[in-house]
Formats: sequence, structure tokens, C-alpha cells
Amino acid sequence: MASTQTESTGNATAWHGANAMRVRIVGAGVAGLTCAHAFAERGAQVTVIDRKSGSGQGCSWYAGGMLAPWCERESAEPIIAELGHESLAYWREAVPDVPNEGSLVLAPPRDVPDLRRFARRTDGFQWVDGSRIGELEPDLDGRFDQGLFFPTEAHLEPRKALAALTRRLVQEYRVAFRFEADGLDEEQRQPEGADGADLVVDCRGLAARDTLADLRGVKGEMLVLYSTEVSLKRPVRMLHPRIPVYIVPRGDGHFMIGATSIENDERGRVTGRSMLELLGAAYALHPAFGEAEIVEIGADVRPAFPDNLPRLRKRGGTLYINGLYRHGFLAAPALARRAAEVAFDGAYFPEVMDEDHRQW
Amino acid sequence: MDAMTHNLPAAAADPVTFYGTEVTSRLLLGTAQYPSPAILAEAIRASGTEIVTVSLRRESGAAKAGQSFWQLIRDLGVKVLPNTAGCRTVKEAVTTAEMARELFGTPWVKLEVIGEDDTLQPDVFGLVEAARILTRDGFQVFPYTTEDLVVAEKLVSAGCEVLMPWGAPIGSGRGLNNPYGLRSMRAHFPGIPLVVDAGVGLPSHAAAAMELGYDAVLLNTAVAKAGDPVRMARAFAAAIAAGREAVIADPMEVRDMAAPSTPVMGRALLGS
Repeated sequence: MASTQTESTGNATAWHGANAMRVRIVGAGVAGLTCAHAFAERGAQVTVIDRKSGSGQGCSWYAGGMLAPWCERESAEPIIAELGHESLAYWREAVPDVPNEGSLVLAPPRDVPDLRRFARRTDGFQWVDGSRIGELEPDLDGRFDQGLFFPTEAHLEPRKALAALTRRLVQEYRVAFRFEADGLDEEQRQPEGADGADLVVDCRGLAARDTLADLRGVKGEMLVLYSTEVSLKRPVRMLHPRIPVYIVPRGDGHFMIGATSIENDERGRVTGRSMLELLGAAYALHPAFGEAEIVEIGADVRPAFPDNLPRLRKRGGTLYINGLYRHGFLAAPALARRAAEVAFDGAYFPEVMDEDHRQW
Repeated sequence: MDAMTHNLPAAAADPVTFYGTEVTSRLLLGTAQYPSPAILAEAIRASGTEIVTVSLRRESGAAKAGQSFWQLIRDLGVKVLPNTAGCRTVKEAVTTAEMARELFGTPWVKLEVIGEDDTLQPDVFGLVEAARILTRDGFQVFPYTTEDLVVAEKLVSAGCEVLMPWGAPIGSGRGLNNPYGLRSMRAHFPGIPLVVDAGVGLPSHAAAAMELGYDAVLLNTAVAKAGDPVRMARAFAAAIAAGREAVIADPMEVRDMAAPSTPVMGRALLGS
């Protein structure tokens, strides 16, 4: 497979001095943190810088946290599934509380054709009937006649997972964090390496649009509900021809409902129509959600390239990781591993690298 | 790439005119719901389409926030027909049309006033009113309507020089629910460009619309949600060209073989 293909370029020795490689990572979202992990594991001395006051507070904050490489094949390219399988294995090892309960895909009776379409485009699932759905999710017993069960998928709570990863980076790998700081300004004002970094890894998401002109924003809105009347073990995707919605159990009666996908780069603004759509799907899944408490609503902007696929770009002393679109948690660890191999081994991954600068 | 869809014989000699603008391709494509803008661009190239619709209501947000996507659309080098998808009232539709004119520098607008959220059926009363306001304001309106002849008549008297009746509810993929109604609309408006808009699921549906004498077909979901949108775009282009060719070629009449009118040679019962 293309993803495992590495080509030594001979200049890899440039990175190996008497001292460890000093790496500055700009952006403490899921891309930046997994990158910090991958570089630190290879022995680099890593500093993570973010404008926010803590890690994981950008786009990652609003993520669904579904680790569903099989389901994503419905609308994403094969490379996303490939990165996703690797990342799924990563998360199971890297952070606690990654329930391996699989995921469930359901549709109201009228939209069953969408279930067939979903099945045609994915694999790794079992068709389940009403009674099996009731065994898997007792609260949904009698509510749906058929569905798809993807037994090997998992999910995590993005905020807890990134907090746990941050702790691990500090404690096990001595990664330094600098918050409320702008790592990029520093980089632009000072000549390369002037502050001691051998490599800058730019994981700023949409903010990197100042240098990656082909990035665009795709807005996503979400909400969190609290209900003690209904419980779910695993994420449920509700199919609809226009408004596909997922409901992810977050534990302690909390459910994350997401997410819209709108072609604009408007941060933070949540519309009534979007909430109607998300709540409508939750209500269709179980009427108890009608009496649930709305704990949080939120919106942020996913960074995406025109083909909605992620990229690694190496330009001079900066390595860019961006365009993770809807697949932050699903793609970041696999991209981070590749980024470290690019930096340490001079590896090249054509499936995620559209600019070949090895000869530069 | 694929010369087959681009060099169809007679295509160049058979343009259709919308508000004085001639186009060769009789396929109009929507730009929503594609897996990515890159696939959208490739599908448009493969289809040879010259007009794409783009929605603004939801994408514009509070302050025209959809610029990146709109720029991608402009960069496609095709004519943009902004639409008022998602608008439920006359006021919303008129405001959205005004913003579209400013953003894309075109008087064209595909006017949608949605009457029902589930089927996305047009509110024909609001549609006629909005069409009247917009044409008075210099817009060139492409109204998304039903096959109702009285509504169509009112749209024409409101100043619409194109009519776009639905084949079936938006996104249903059911094809032409009412071929009789569509045929009768064609007969009643021989001089007006007619476009079947919405409900088309298969290339054969699009070919059927063209065989009814329609001037063009507008679709979105059938291509965007296909497993391979680029290939499906090409299939629609071929079907629409085939349907158009068939109409020009003057198809044979259907014959009722259940009522024989001439002796059948070589049958045992001949003449009995």
C-alpha cells in the first residue's frame, strides 16, 4: 500500500546531530498533540504553542470523537479509512476510556433506501433486525426494524482524550506547553531556527490559510444534551437524505449531537435551523430527547482542502499538517506518525503529500 | 479526456437560449452535497455543463461567510445561476436574490420559495409574488414551479421567460411523476424555454424529459450522491444529448398492435 511506502532521500542525516531534534509545534488541537506524541516518541525535544489557554480548544473541542473508519467510507475516499484504521489502533493505546462498542446506523422507515445505499458503500458491518437492535441498545427496542452494526468501531470523548494525552505528553515525554502565545508570529519575525527549533510543525488548522491558500472552512454545529431517561452504549448515525446526524454517548447522561456541514467559515454562530435539524434527529431516535436538557451548543470551522483530504506539506523548515476536515481524530495520529517519518527519515508519502520538496 | 460527451454531433448547432444567453449544454447542475469541491469540479467538467446553480441562503451566514466556496464556483469558469434554496417566504427569497446579484454579478436567479419542508414543494403563491417583485427589479428569474398551467401562466405574465417545473419532489429521484402534466405544459408554452428541475434520479428520466420536448434538465442529488459523481455526470450528459437528438429526429408513432388493421401474411388463420 502507498501509505507504508517510504523512500530514503539520503539527507535524513541532516536531522541527526549530537543533540535531539528540537521541534516547535504550533497548534494544540488533535493534530498538534498527536504530532507532539509522534515526535517525542522519536526522541525529539518538543514544545507545543497555542493561542488558546489550554489544549484541544479549537475545532477539536467540538468534534464528535467517533472512530469509525468503516462508516466514513460511505462518503470519504479510501485513504481516510486507511488512516482511520491506524488511528483507531493508536487511540486504543494512547488514552484511557475508548469504548469498543462499535457503532449503529439507523434510518426511519421511509429512509431505509439510504440504509441500503450506506451498506453498498461500506463494509465491516452486520445487518441487524429490530430484536438485535434491542439487544444492543435496550432503549431503542421496538423503535427500528433494521439497521447496520459496525462492531469493530469505537468512540472517545474528545475533550477528555486530549486532556489525557496532554498530561501524558508532559509527564512521560517532557513536552513543554506554552499557551496564550502565538508561535507563528515568532516564526515569521525570526530567521529559521533563531529560537532554537530545528523544525516548526504548523498544526494551526484554518488559521494557516495565510500560507496555505487552498484551505477553506466548512462550518459544523453541534449540541450536547443531558438526559437520564435514555442511555446508549455506542454512537448512532441517523440517516436522512439531506440531514444525516449522529448521536454520541458521552457518559453520565450526556449526548453529543452533530454535526452540520455548511460551506462557510463563520465561527461560533449557531442557527435555529441547524438546531431544529439536530434536535429533530435526536427526537426521532428517541422521544425522551424531547425532554432532555440542552447543556451546550457550539460551532466551529473545519479546515479543508478542495478534495477534503488531509495534507502534509514540507516547506523549508516548516512542516504543515492540515485539511483534516471532518476527520480530525480519525486521521491525526496516522498523519503524525508520517510527519515524524518525514522529518526523521526523509520519508515521502505521496497519498498525503502533494508537494514534493525532497530535492530542494 | 472523454471526447464522447464533448463532441456530440449536432450539439453545437442546437443551442438553447435563456434570457438572450445561448448555451450548448442542456444539462444544468446543482453544486450541493458533493463529496468535495474537487469532485464537484471534475463532475462539471465531465458533464460539459455550462450553467451551475449555487445556494446562498444558509451558506452566507451573518456576513457573506461562504466566500471560499463561492470563489471555487466562480473559478469553474461556467455561468452561475444563484438560487434561493431554503427560502420559505417572499421576503427571504427577494433578499437572497439581491445578495446573489451582488456576489455573482448576474441578474439571473433560480427562484425557489419552499412551501413544505419535507417534500420541498414550491409555494406557488409566494413564487408568483416574488417573481413579480424580482423581474420588476431587473432580475431574470428562473422559477422552480410545479406543472400547474395556471401558475405557469401567472409566472409568464410576471415576466418570467423561463419555466422550471419539477419532475418529482427535490431529492426524491423518482423521475417524471406526471408526464401528462409536463407534456401539456410543453404544448401550452411552445415559445418558452422549459427546464425540468428536481426529482430526476436516472439518466433515463432526463432523456424522457428531453423526449417530451423540454429544453433542458436541472439536477443535483442524482449526480452529487452517486457512488461516482463524475461518471454519473457524464451519463446524464449523454442521456440528455440522446433525448434531444431523438426529439429533433422526429420519433416514430407508437402503434396499437392489439387492433390489427391489415391482413397478417403467413399465419394459419389468415382470412378465416
